[in-house]
Amino acid sequence: MFTEAEIKTIGREEIIEALKQVMDPEIPTLSVVDLGMIGDVKIENNSVRVNLIPTFTACPAIKFLQQKIREKISSLGFENVEVIKDTSITWNTDRISESGKKKLEQFGLGTPQRHGGNFSLEDIEHSKCPHCGSSNTTMNSLFGSTLCRSIHYCFDCRQSFERFKPL
Amino acid sequence: MQATKELLFKMADDALIIGHRHSEWTGLGPILEEDIALSSMAQDKIGHALALYTILHEQFGEADPDTLAFLREEKDFKCCQLVEYPIGEYDFTITRQFLFDHAEILRYELLAQSSFEPLARLAKKIHGELKYHVLHANSWMRRLGHGTDESHARMQAAINSTYPLALGIFEEGPFEDELIEQKIFPGEKKLQQMWEENINELLGRAHLHLPSVSDATVGLGGRNGYHTEHLAPLLEEMTQVIRMETGVEW
Repeated sequence: MFTEAEIKTIGREEIIEALKQVMDPEIPTLSVVDLGMIGDVKIENNSVRVNLIPTFTACPAIKFLQQKIREKISSLGFENVEVIKDTSITWNTDRISESGKKKLEQFGLGTPQRHGGNFSLEDIEHSKCPHCGSSNTTMNSLFGSTLCRSIHYCFDCRQSFERFKPL
Repeated sequence: MQATKELLFKMADDALIIGHRHSEWTGLGPILEEDIALSSMAQDKIGHALALYTILHEQFGEADPDTLAFLREEKDFKCCQLVEYPIGEYDFTITRQFLFDHAEILRYELLAQSSFEPLARLAKKIHGELKYHVLHANSWMRRLGHGTDESHARMQAAINSTYPLALGIFEEGPFEDELIEQKIFPGEKKLQQMWEENINELLGRAHLHLPSVSDATVGLGGRNGYHTEHLAPLLEEMTQVIRMETGVEW
């Protein structure tokens, strides 16, 4: 347990740091912070309220993540932890951090390019190969093994790969 | 308020029912990628329905989303008749998806400007997801339209029989003027006009064309709770588990 004085020194930074250990269940190398899912964090005495920005509308992981975030922040010693879905911000793939994109590639997934909020057909079709870095690739299917992935093929290293698709 | 509710219900019911129909391809798709595609679109649609029912629950005091989706009477559903039909064969499934999703993506594009803020926000998000659905339909329409004589003939026949049903998407409700006046939604007529322009052009590129429709009443009724004989069995199947023990925690 923490003393009250210790808790008071735990600020937003520390909470964000801790949330870097809460991983997306479908891409276990990527945290909710990498994904840009964390919005406002309000701390008041013993209570924390975190806004969670959902990714795809039908993402089945959202309840699971709310629970994991609650547990993680409670473990820092806070008594009341509230994790609310924040729909006032429209999540898009531009919110994924640069380090998050590196982790996606290490996991073997192609990454979405920055599109400023309105992605085109080109953006959907063209992905760099996460294995060899080639741009000589083609899209095989708009839909992949999870809602956020599409399926591509690299003509240079002759590998199929999945990609976190632009949204 | 009644006007916005009516709009939300018909959109949510459309998404729920077509989502359920798409999910019937799971395990049966003609190739693996298509099995995945239809299943993914099913998941998206049901997610969209959930988000819309959630607005009804949170902003208008309607029952919780599960109750709205699974425990209403057939006559309370406001989906258009197009989404109720069984999946049939791939020519029908793709044609229905093409006609429905082109209306859907334009509807959400218009709703992104809605004066009803919760819907405008949701619309921006769903609009991006629908790009994938529309691209899926377009690519198959093109491929099959340009394919063999048989594939071309089957797609044209599917368009001839499905297009009149699709007109039911735009069946006007009792609150059309109010929605337009309050800038909540610019109306079904405007949507239909934009839709016709888009699909005409795309079908032309696929060497296909829209039929002339002589019977303008085909496909109408859904928005007023009059459904085809296909909806009741679908609801029966969809709600089998929840009716076994209502309120059970999973």
